[in-house]
Amino acid sequence: MPAEIAVEIQGLVKRFGDFVAVDNVSLTVAKGEIFGFLGPNGAGKSTTIRILCGLLAPTSGRAFVSGFDVATEPEKVKRSIGYMSQRFSLYDDLTVEENLNFFCGIYGVPKERREERKQYVLSMAGLTGKRTVMTRLLAGGWKQRLALGTAILHEPPVLFLDEPTSGVDPIARRAFWDLIDQLSQAGRTIFVTTHYMDEAEYCHRIALLYKGKAVAMDSPRALKQEMGVGSMEEVFISAIEREDR
Amino acid sequence: MKFRRVKAMARKEFLHIVRDTRSLVMALLVPLFMLFLFGYALSLDVDHIPTMIVDQDQTPSSRELRARFEGTPYFEVRGVETSTALVNREIDRGAILLAVVIPAGFHRDLARGERPGVQLLLDGSDSNTASIAINYAQALITGWSLERMAGRRASLPAEAQVRVFYNSDLKSRNFLIPGLIAVVLMIIAALLTSLTIAREWENGSMEQLLSTPLRPAEIVLGKLAAYFAIGAVDVVTSVLVSIFVFDVPLRGNLFFLAFASGIFLFGALAWGILISAIAKTQLLAYQMGMLSSFLPAFLLSGFMYSIENMPQAIQVTTYIVPARYFIAVLKAVYLKGEGMTLLWAQIVFLAVYGGIVFALATRKIGHKVA
Repeated sequence: MPAEIAVEIQGLVKRFGDFVAVDNVSLTVAKGEIFGFLGPNGAGKSTTIRILCGLLAPTSGRAFVSGFDVATEPEKVKRSIGYMSQRFSLYDDLTVEENLNFFCGIYGVPKERREERKQYVLSMAGLTGKRTVMTRLLAGGWKQRLALGTAILHEPPVLFLDEPTSGVDPIARRAFWDLIDQLSQAGRTIFVTTHYMDEAEYCHRIALLYKGKAVAMDSPRALKQEMGVGSMEEVFISAIEREDR
Repeated sequence: MKFRRVKAMARKEFLHIVRDTRSLVMALLVPLFMLFLFGYALSLDVDHIPTMIVDQDQTPSSRELRARFEGTPYFEVRGVETSTALVNREIDRGAILLAVVIPAGFHRDLARGERPGVQLLLDGSDSNTASIAINYAQALITGWSLERMAGRRASLPAEAQVRVFYNSDLKSRNFLIPGLIAVVLMIIAALLTSLTIAREWENGSMEQLLSTPLRPAEIVLGKLAAYFAIGAVDVVTSVLVSIFVFDVPLRGNLFFLAFASGIFLFGALAWGILISAIAKTQLLAYQMGMLSSFLPAFLLSGFMYSIENMPQAIQVTTYIVPARYFIAVLKAVYLKGEGMTLLWAQIVFLAVYGGIVFALATRKIGHKVA
């Protein structure tokens, strides 16, 4: 597999009993790309991400992250990814710094690098000088950026963000996407799910997921052109209509 | 398995414990509370039995016997009557448990060398206490009779000479308290840990943890380490209270006691984690933890009720109750001063139990991934 491919999925299927959550999805994501997974709730976005993070085993098909097979080399996959789940999984009863220390510890950030990485995350999240603040007391936007920060402490080449902007106000959302853009420019690959159509514009490429199938995949601009519509919302509606027909 | 990751996990878990003041207080005070409650209330010894003497004889002999009842702490003479008219009423009221009826002609019959009967009337609704009261009363009356006979240089052909090993005072507290330590530890350990994994699932942080290089075994071990510290404090306080408050003799080796407690604690904590991994919600985990730790440790461990007296099927079940082995160890260490030489089988079982439960808990957490 060429080095510049960060994520590759081939014919991925995930069934829960009779329910097909992910139905034969194939895609590749290049290094440094912001790849968006769009779709309504229950379309299979989270399931796919969780398979890629080694949290779920696929029913069939294969998936590679940073060149490692998710099914056979989960340990290597886990070392090369950062994952941020829908609920920013920070510990509310720990201070900002204690949360960072904990994630430094479990990601194995070397002792001599810790201070530098913590400082980077604190300044990125706008939390400089708030090390000793209880996480519980942070407002949504800060919490969200701290959660992103804990996921990149160990400088993973690939980042999985599962609905990272849900429940955060528009201004914080904007600031968040700026961060994502910076990370992408620094060469990190970002794989992100969202159900906000306007956020699709921030992605380099997107896949529209509907009933477990990838019904359209391209850059936002190309998709709008292809469907002859002006907004991502309309792209989504036409894609679904085409699929249901 | 990386020590660094286990350490990060343990430190984080310890912070949770310290920050959650209510749980911390519960974890440290509930054992004390239970020790005091059970230590004082749960005595199987019977004394100060409320007693009525019905003296229908009113002679020096009857008064002498009466004085015997008044002079021992086992009985508390609540009233002296001349007729049995009040006995039924007082027993029904619960004012007395025993009435000793000394019949008219008692002194005369004794003087003639006949054997007058002393009637004992009892409230048998608490059969255990009643039978103990009968034994005491019989012993007292026999003792008194023997003394009178000895005065006339008569004696019984043979006499039982009793020597009790180990708990020579036959104080129930001496065997209840060591066992209680096991019960308290089992409950506290299982309850403390039963919430921790469920909390991670409810919080959504479990997914986060599993997406990192952290392995299930490291999660379990890190959590165990933090709660082990709390459990160790509980062991030390319980032992101190048993010795200095309840005067239970500790004849065995302290290091062996600590070693055995550590192994038991590991298994009990792992059990809580296993429950937590199965239940996934804190409420369910709490209920399962309570049921599965308290009841077996209390009823099926030989703590209060002797296992030999249980029906066969129940006896078999007790073999999988870890408290059973730890209570055997505690009683033997406390009262008999035994050590590894005689107790190795119990220790091996506890270690195997801990190992199996730990493996199951680890697998259960890992399973949700794959």
